[in-house]
Amino acid sequence: MAVPRRAWPWLLLLPTGIALGAVAFWPIFEGLRLSLTNTSLITQSSDFVGLENYAGLRSDARFWNAWWHTIWFTFASTLLETLIGLGMALVLYERFPLRGIVRAAMLVPWAMPTVVTSKMFGWLFDGQNGVVNWVLLNLGLIGEKVNWYGDPDTAMTTIIIADVWKTAPFMALLLLTGLQTIPTSLTEAARMDGARGWTVFWHIRLPLLMPTLLIAGLFRALDAFRVFDLVYVLTGGGPADSTETLSTLAYKELFSTLEFGYGSTITTAMFLTEAALAAILCLWLVRQIRRVT
Amino acid sequence: MRRLALYAAALLIFLWSASPFIWQFSTSFQLDRALTSGSPVLWPDPWTFEHYRNVFVEKQLHRYVLNSLLVALATTFLCLAIGSLAAFALSRLRMRGRFGILMTILSVSMFPQITLVGPLYIVASELGLLDTFTALVLVYIALVLPLVTWVLYGYLETLPREIDEAARMDGVGPLRLYWSIILPMSLPSLVTTGLLAFITAWNEFLFALAFTSNIDTQTIPVGIANFTNLYYVPWGDIAAASAVVTAPLILLVLFFQRHIIEGLTQGGIKE
Repeated sequence: MAVPRRAWPWLLLLPTGIALGAVAFWPIFEGLRLSLTNTSLITQSSDFVGLENYAGLRSDARFWNAWWHTIWFTFASTLLETLIGLGMALVLYERFPLRGIVRAAMLVPWAMPTVVTSKMFGWLFDGQNGVVNWVLLNLGLIGEKVNWYGDPDTAMTTIIIADVWKTAPFMALLLLTGLQTIPTSLTEAARMDGARGWTVFWHIRLPLLMPTLLIAGLFRALDAFRVFDLVYVLTGGGPADSTETLSTLAYKELFSTLEFGYGSTITTAMFLTEAALAAILCLWLVRQIRRVT
Repeated sequence: MRRLALYAAALLIFLWSASPFIWQFSTSFQLDRALTSGSPVLWPDPWTFEHYRNVFVEKQLHRYVLNSLLVALATTFLCLAIGSLAAFALSRLRMRGRFGILMTILSVSMFPQITLVGPLYIVASELGLLDTFTALVLVYIALVLPLVTWVLYGYLETLPREIDEAARMDGVGPLRLYWSIILPMSLPSLVTTGLLAFITAWNEFLFALAFTSNIDTQTIPVGIANFTNLYYVPWGDIAAASAVVTAPLILLVLFFQRHIIEGLTQGGIKE
């Protein structure tokens, strides 16, 4: 074949380009176009309406409700997962018997389908026969059964707990590999100089781990922002919209009411929020990493 | 004293990670009567296989499993084929804009899937691809490609450059270099990335939910999500189905745990 040498890389990248172009980039632009129309699969209309949908979005209480829930979920789950993950990583860094088994067990929550996690937490936190209520009652921590995800006050917390369960161990394994790249000569030298465990952690390990920690946190936050499976299966956004997130709201708008125009407005707004979040976090991250290194 | 605290912490981590699934596993062997008795026990008394019978006979779980297996395997192989070509080009061939392309691919993995599902649904329905494996596989390839490309790229970067130069001296073209030299050398990484691709496709829910409407094409997550009876939630049946679909993943993960962790950290951090 007479392919010029400089064309080879592009030729080999072509399948990837086509796949990502068709399934990732094109839908973003098509979504933007749809968001400017009143497309509905029920009425079969699809006329250009300008920014009408966006004006509607601004005064849509359900949208802002979901927007705040999503931000809160992203913030709370990322923070908890990073902190708990860090704690787990520090434990796992030490040598102890059966460490391999503990590490293997930590991959289980990550590998499990999220739908299964949802159902599993549905059973664990069941208001009637859930084992969590039973344990807490017997420990005397609660006076009566809590209707965890059936009560607007506790539903979001339950979802955050489920997400932390699923993701914190994986976070820990990522941070552990970061910890293992820190030369032991550094920590040993500090110990020789009489530094205690806490000082070693605070002044040596943490600053050196910071880039890994921040990058892992960034990716986690961007992933948490898209949360869908967990909420859709456990509560469906309820009770009383108390767990509605942007993904579940958009899904209902698209596939229950079949309003693809307005649904696309929600998803486009979501895409823009995520892009802004990514930009802000990236800038902040670069500054933090520059500061510590 | 310090050792004791360490052991306690390690035990806590193990229990935190494993106990919800152990309880789910135990639940799947208990009678509904025992589950609703108000005093849960870990060891089933008596044991029952009723829930397993329910999920296989009534809910036909094996059909969902077969669908999932087909979709996940097709996704894995196609993804490895496409992704390894891309990773090879990015890592081994001289080209401009390598960094930009890598970043673009990475950014795709951050797109909210819900933003993609609407337009793709309309196209799939116009092309008559709803309720087909084809639509799911095509979408999953794009969802998994960024991860596969990055992890493979990370691995290829660790292979010595001398190999390429030696091959080039011998007049070996890019395709031969890819197929006969680089690909066989990246086998360990192909296994890991393949596993990651498989798990992602096996677990995917949003697109499967939107694109499929009956048991002929629905995958496991959709099947399990729909496991609700009219009057009560069949927790025992759900637990049995969970055990069936999670057990193979656990075995895979236990078997490949070292590779998975290495593979993921090599290609940056994802998921």
